[in-house]
Amino acid sequence: MSTPKKLGPLQFILLAIPCVAVLVIPYFNKLEPSVFGIPFFYWWQLVWVPLSGVFIAIVYKMVVPSGSGD
Amino acid sequence: MNIVATIVFVGLFLFITALGFLSAHWRKGDMSHLHEWGLGGRRFGGWITWFLIGGDLYTAYTFVAVPALVFGAGALGFFALPYTVLVYPMVFAILPRLWVVAKKHNYITASDFVAGRYGSPALALAIAVTGIVATMPYIALQLVGIQVVIGGLGFPTGHGLVGDLPLIIAFIILAAFTYTSGLRAPASIAVVKDLLVYITVIALIIVVPYKLGGFGNIFAAIPKEHLLLPPVKDGNLGLQSFYPTLAFGSALALMLYPHATTAVLSAKGPNTLRRNWVFLPAYSFMLGLIALLGYMAYASGIAKLPDLAPYFKQYGPQFAMPGLLLHYFPSWFVGVGFAAVAIGALVPAAIMSIAAANLFTRNIYKAYINPGCSTHRETEMAKLASLVVKFGALLFIVFLPLTYAIQLQLLGGILILQTLPAIVSGIYTRWFDAKALLLGWAAGLAWGIWAASLSGFHKSGYALHLGGMVIPAYIGLYALVLNFAVAIVATLVLNAVGMADKQDATVAADYAG
Repeated sequence: MSTPKKLGPLQFILLAIPCVAVLVIPYFNKLEPSVFGIPFFYWWQLVWVPLSGVFIAIVYKMVVPSGSGD
Repeated sequence: MNIVATIVFVGLFLFITALGFLSAHWRKGDMSHLHEWGLGGRRFGGWITWFLIGGDLYTAYTFVAVPALVFGAGALGFFALPYTVLVYPMVFAILPRLWVVAKKHNYITASDFVAGRYGSPALALAIAVTGIVATMPYIALQLVGIQVVIGGLGFPTGHGLVGDLPLIIAFIILAAFTYTSGLRAPASIAVVKDLLVYITVIALIIVVPYKLGGFGNIFAAIPKEHLLLPPVKDGNLGLQSFYPTLAFGSALALMLYPHATTAVLSAKGPNTLRRNWVFLPAYSFMLGLIALLGYMAYASGIAKLPDLAPYFKQYGPQFAMPGLLLHYFPSWFVGVGFAAVAIGALVPAAIMSIAAANLFTRNIYKAYINPGCSTHRETEMAKLASLVVKFGALLFIVFLPLTYAIQLQLLGGILILQTLPAIVSGIYTRWFDAKALLLGWAAGLAWGIWAASLSGFHKSGYALHLGGMVIPAYIGLYALVLNFAVAIVATLVLNAVGMADKQDATVAADYAG
């Protein structure tokens, strides 16, 4: 079992970004700008789903040595 | 009755039944060991873990309840989305460490870990009992998903024992294959379930907006006051504080549920888990689309159509998703979609019953009743316990009003959250004292149950009055703050009087990442 590096402050900040993005209600609790007829409130939160995956992937690359099988 | 849909439905059901029994032989291990029956031998690789955790967390009740909430309550129902966005960054940071220490000491449950970490059987028992109590109504709720789709096929449900017969049959099948195959059964069935769910959701999300003339039309049909969270009024934050705290509290609760621990510990390694959490948001995206189905059902006006109105009368908003399927799709596809919901109920129900059985066997039976039991006896006990748990859930649904299960599930979330200080801080530090954690747990539970009782267990929010402001928030989260405060103060006091206990079966090297 290869030992991954410890999560540092930078990794915690990267993981926190998507969390904060879906919690700042006053920022996204509005209808405009809408996209394809979907109000801002809805598409903003939907977009952060794949984006959270991107942020997790970046942290994964930072802490797990490439080629770790387990 | 809808003959074509029923035939497709039953056919798919028979297929997964066979799969459930056959999976006992898959990557066969010595099934007399609890970690083989109850954790699939900790050998599940990347793909299976993805299906298993996805099949575990996104339950049939989710498919039914989330669109129902959006259909009925509007923007508030969308909390499911931030909830699932919050889960994965948090578990990425926390749970691989639990996997490593659990593997090292052959811990099967979170309570095993707590027992080892704090050397306190009392605290471990508290964690185990909380887990079992929180899981039982959750299993019962899975049956609700099955009940709704069986009703949608044209069977009269909810009219005594005969009406519940299809449900009882489904549950006997579930109980039988879980008994023989253990965690391997839901793991292999989860693959089929997820394929069916993806097909159904993608079809719905393409066909329905097309027929309704696009998302613009759908959202235009929703009353304006439903589309957004209401603004802050007279110092009352209202849903503006309830929405994010409900999402955050639910995300924390999710990772503490015993069935989540079971799925996580069954992975073959911490990096398998980490990779999974990069890709698991794919499920959350689907959940977001499923939530929007609530608005589609609203905009399409299907609740008022003569052929569907009786269903909406019986099942309420919960018929939003099945109703869309019945209205817009040919019968054979209705069968596929309904099977997705029903099988989607069996997978988490199986994992939950295994998780509860593991807890009972390890942390109650072995810890208190029969400490010297052999590994074989331990596994037999767990298999038996899984049957009892499921049978209890079935009785619950057949004989008690549905609202009880919903209220207990709501309470269960508040309860399970109170295990966080012991489990999660234990993953990082041994600073807390076991007695202090037990005291914090008791305080959090007592206050949480009291706060929920204020609304007759109908609402999960508590309005805190603070300096002229009113801050409604998720009860579980307020209770957790109290829980932590009590545990911290009590630990400081116990340290000061020299009564703190430093016993610990684990060492610093057992924790990595």
